[in-house]
Amino acid sequence: MSSQAQKKKKRYFKLINQIPRQELFSPGHGLCAGCTAGTIVRHLLKAAGPNTIVVNATGCVEVSTTTYPYTSWRVPWLHLAFENAAAAASGVETAIKVLQRKGVIDPNKKINIVVLGGDGGTYDIGFQALSGMLERGHNVMYVLYDNEAYMNTGIQRSGSTPLFAWTTTTPAGKVWRGERRPKKPIAEIVAAHRVPYVATTNPAYPLDMLNKFKRGLIVEGPTFVHVLQPCPTGWRFDPRYGIKIARLATETGMWVNWELDHGEFDVTVPVPRRKHVKHYLRMQGRFKHLTEEEIEEIQKWVDQEVERINKMVGRQVIGPVEE
Amino acid sequence: MAVTVQEAKVTWKRLPLSSNYAAAYAVKDLDVDVIAAYPITPQTTVVEKIAEFIANGELNAEMIHVESEHSALSATIAASAAGARAFTATASQGLELMHEILHIASGLRLPVVMSIATRALSAPISIWNDYSDLMNTRDTSWITLIASSAQEVYDSIVQAYRIAEDPEVMLPVMVAYDGYLMSHTYEPVLVPEDNKPILDYAPKNYNRIKLDPERPISMGTLTGPEWYYEFKYQQVVAMKKALEKARKADEEFKARFGRGYGLIETFNVEDADVVIVAYGGLYGTVIEAIEPLVEKGVKVGAMRLRLWRPFPVEDVKKALGNAKLVTVIDKAISYGARIAGPVALEVMSSFYHDEAKPMIMSVIAGIGQRRITEDTIREIVDYSFKVLGRGRAPEESLYWGVRGVRYE
Repeated sequence: MSSQAQKKKKRYFKLINQIPRQELFSPGHGLCAGCTAGTIVRHLLKAAGPNTIVVNATGCVEVSTTTYPYTSWRVPWLHLAFENAAAAASGVETAIKVLQRKGVIDPNKKINIVVLGGDGGTYDIGFQALSGMLERGHNVMYVLYDNEAYMNTGIQRSGSTPLFAWTTTTPAGKVWRGERRPKKPIAEIVAAHRVPYVATTNPAYPLDMLNKFKRGLIVEGPTFVHVLQPCPTGWRFDPRYGIKIARLATETGMWVNWELDHGEFDVTVPVPRRKHVKHYLRMQGRFKHLTEEEIEEIQKWVDQEVERINKMVGRQVIGPVEE
Repeated sequence: MAVTVQEAKVTWKRLPLSSNYAAAYAVKDLDVDVIAAYPITPQTTVVEKIAEFIANGELNAEMIHVESEHSALSATIAASAAGARAFTATASQGLELMHEILHIASGLRLPVVMSIATRALSAPISIWNDYSDLMNTRDTSWITLIASSAQEVYDSIVQAYRIAEDPEVMLPVMVAYDGYLMSHTYEPVLVPEDNKPILDYAPKNYNRIKLDPERPISMGTLTGPEWYYEFKYQQVVAMKKALEKARKADEEFKARFGRGYGLIETFNVEDADVVIVAYGGLYGTVIEAIEPLVEKGVKVGAMRLRLWRPFPVEDVKKALGNAKLVTVIDKAISYGARIAGPVALEVMSSFYHDEAKPMIMSVIAGIGQRRITEDTIREIVDYSFKVLGRGRAPEESLYWGVRGVRYE
């Protein structure tokens, strides 16, 4: 099959009206107004369907969706702790495998095992368990919803916090200018485990996101989908702008929607004409302290990243800054 | 209590096994589905032997080679949440690393079983035996059995699943024994030719509440001040029930297989002025040491604590009620407490409300596997009689056998 045909085949959802109507993530949860994590989880469950077990790391989604005696989850859901969601999913997946082999569970029934973890639970405290799960080859899809700080505990810096971003533990003052380091490239670190499928996506592109969830579930073995999750509370923006900011992240090259499918790398949302990073940064209070020079420093860093991505794809999928 | 179950016809084979291997044989005979473990001395040969069983097709199970003990227990309880019979094993630092998940296992009421080859804690690092690791788990709501022979390790792990999976209990169980002193010493152990009688005694229940797409539930939810306390009180109630369940499990085990241990074990307590209380493999040394004394007419006895949590208060009081002095030997230290022996504290509190009670003396010994021989025990017995003669037990624990400390 040509790579073009292959690509077409992976488009499980081509139009918005093909998205399943079934709601497995029920409303009434306690996520902040405008939180895009709810959008991500809702679509994740639409892609996965009811034969799914979700293992959730401690974090915003966990605390906001399961305040006893209520739950938003219409699929089986397990939360153990912060740092061990990947280990817990390893246990669930292994149990299902053995019980299917022994005939306790119908061996022909495909049960999706999905981990949902935030950036703290994935980049930082849960990283060891994640690496173990990937290396052991469990048939689990790990979904990282990345809001670039410890939002659940009140906006503290994580390994995912981008350069110069204000957080409560990287305040902007006379000496500090917010976070001092760029984001840790978690998806590439996951890819270095030689897992079959790694993708990055963003809720402003729902079909891209849904198709990647679906692909991650279909591909055997550990798969990883990294989703940018704009956070009105921690990023300091009006709750109505979450999806707009998510789109700007891709349009400025601050975020690139790519996938690595069995060694084949591609950018799934090409950006022929790129916007300047200031359009993304200026919408968010966490960057309001930045000087023109600091914004240019971020622009330079993004330019280098874009160049690197284009080299990896072998053509210019992301164009130069035009506005 | 009358036990109605007939003794099962079981063909046993006698094998030379360490306590670690005895644990592995029990796991095989219980048809455990998922084992997740991480290597740590002196536990490791448990999972090595289980791996051999799986590799040779003698056990139809999956082993998860996790990257830490934290993940070992996480994967074990998650497998249990998904409906599997699950097992892990650890010791010392590994048990400490698991500590967070110990509470989650019991809080989620997941009936997993774990064997502990007890070992001292760092720093300084020591791979040798004491019970510091186990005693640090006291308040985690795990049912805890301490075995004193390899046979008892096998039998206790079998009993452990029966207790853990009882619908009125649903709590995890630890089966502990001395690292090295038992984990790496070989004893004759009877194991069945065929595991059917074992599974008849401890049948698997795949129909318990679990992660099932047909009947979705949320496990491990956020719980506020309105409900959290009720969850925790249910654990208190389950622990209370577990005491009688553990007793019945042992009685039925004895009726079926001819071997039973009780919640405590005693030797000559009816006729003793001084009773030595110990746990784990040390009890054997205590018996060896005092048997010749009893023959000579010395009024000394012994008690072994087998069930540590829930603590069998009534059994302990019954066994020790006739004594004038009880000397509790603890292989762990609760730092900063005048009475620093965890079991000594528990024995003392058992008698607190009684008018008539024995004097109770706390002795710390065997820390980091400082040698305890029969002579050591006889010295402790001699000292106990001296204290009895003085009529007042020391108000502080005695640190027996440490350099520079002597008791007159």
